[in-house]
Amino acid sequence: MSILVIAEHDNAGIKGATLNTVTAAQKIGGDITVLIAGQGVAGAAEAAAKIAGVSKVLVADNAVYAHQLAENMGLLIAEVGKSYQYILAAATANGKNYLPRAAALLDVSQISEITEVVSGDTFKRPIYAGNVIATVQSTDPIKVITVRATGFDAAEATGGSAAIEQVSFAQDAGVSTFVKEELAKSDRPELTAAKVVISGGRGMQNGDNFKLLYSLADKLGAAVGASRAAVDAGFVPNDMQVGQTGKIVAPDLYIAVGISGAIQHLAGMKDSKTIVAINKDADAPIFQVADYGLVADLFQALPEIEKAL
Amino acid sequence: MKILVAVKRVVDYNVKVRPKSDGTGVDLANVKMAINPFCEIAVEEALRLKEKGVATEIIAVSVGDKSCQEQIRTALALGADRGILVETDAELQPLAIAKLLKAVVDKEQPQIVILGKQSIDGDNNQTGQMLAALTGYAQGTFASQITVEGDKASLMREVDGGLQTLTLNLPLIVTTDLRLNEPRYASLPNIMKAKKKPLDTLTPAELGIDPAPRVKLVKVEPPAERKAGIKVATVEELVEKLKNEAKVI
Repeated sequence: MSILVIAEHDNAGIKGATLNTVTAAQKIGGDITVLIAGQGVAGAAEAAAKIAGVSKVLVADNAVYAHQLAENMGLLIAEVGKSYQYILAAATANGKNYLPRAAALLDVSQISEITEVVSGDTFKRPIYAGNVIATVQSTDPIKVITVRATGFDAAEATGGSAAIEQVSFAQDAGVSTFVKEELAKSDRPELTAAKVVISGGRGMQNGDNFKLLYSLADKLGAAVGASRAAVDAGFVPNDMQVGQTGKIVAPDLYIAVGISGAIQHLAGMKDSKTIVAINKDADAPIFQVADYGLVADLFQALPEIEKAL
Repeated sequence: MKILVAVKRVVDYNVKVRPKSDGTGVDLANVKMAINPFCEIAVEEALRLKEKGVATEIIAVSVGDKSCQEQIRTALALGADRGILVETDAELQPLAIAKLLKAVVDKEQPQIVILGKQSIDGDNNQTGQMLAALTGYAQGTFASQITVEGDKASLMREVDGGLQTLTLNLPLIVTTDLRLNEPRYASLPNIMKAKKKPLDTLTPAELGIDPAPRVKLVKVEPPAERKAGIKVATVEELVEKLKNEAKVI
């Protein structure tokens, strides 16, 4: 089996989700090639070559791939990927954007956000916001798959010594141009990569009160998230949303503060190793998934926790 | 300018679905159906583009069995001008839907097609991107803001960790994210008026498309249950448990 993994990277290095995707590729079993597309990606290519289990790294280093525009990435992945039996990408905003485009160009279906490899053609994936797990079997000659990072452990980032080869194919679809990107600047870890996540819900009452969470997060080295209710209420921006329609996280410790536990939120965090819920409503559904529940007023409990650490 | 907006009939988002006991599928008997929430946002954006004078006609299209007419009527009640149902009882997957929509795009020649970023049943998040691939058009996925100027659109989209702005040529495929707008409600007079708006029906055979599925559903099952843990009485107890029992801090 030949497997092509499309890397999620920031030019200088490989993003964590790529390592989880490589593990999914190893579960399928076969010869794993990683494709790095971007501009000035030498650092990312070297990092990819060191990932344990990767046998080859293909590098498409060209201005047309600088911002991973879906139109150009689709053409590249379809061209490079047509000689592989599997094409995998992490189910990140990037992967979700370009991979279905490549699949359609190859006239094959895509299987989205797998959480388990059952066999070479059969996979498990959550549907209905994680309320149902579907087992699906692909009949396509090339299996195009996005991988939910939380379903797979990260592959070892070191130990490999893959050969690096350049890809000369570079085609600009000529229909889209990058203007700008405004990424939230934060000293805290990324939500999807953090070992500890603290999220606030409607119970936080306003955006200003989130500083209680930031302060605790800094003490724990945690990322800060929010429920959709808190986002919809305008407390915090949407990129902090944890849930089916936001980010899917599975940290070692998830602390839900003032979150009732709507299905849509649970879908985004219920695979966390340890879940703590702090809510003054003892009947909140969040307590049904929490390992440790504290029925308390969050405005008293949060400063106390910070002091107790 | 014509705008084509795709609407999908799905289980209402308030319904908690369960797998059938034999695992062959999801139990949809007597379940309330509705327009997919992301598609509602798509309809609303089309209406706003018409109100701004960018669009002159809005066509609501759905693919599925006869009952999908209800969701097209809802879109018409919200303000779409006419509807198209590509009627089929076949099991539909994103690639087939994208091919059917491509055939409708070829017929209608819209400058903008707006779709929801994903449907809340299959959670695939593919159809818009696939339609963009098949048409060769630019794609603006997970859109949180669209401004059309001449033959280009400035589109802000939600990416991991922030927002990205692109300039995209028309014709253009857009998929909506939650932040794009807040959909309006249909008024009763408009619901009555919608019944008289034109709704054409096409079939996959007329469009020359074979919608046969490529992915087989083997079984469905409920997710692994997570057991409720314990309630702690105090913050001290919580911190002690996290340190010594769970060993996560």
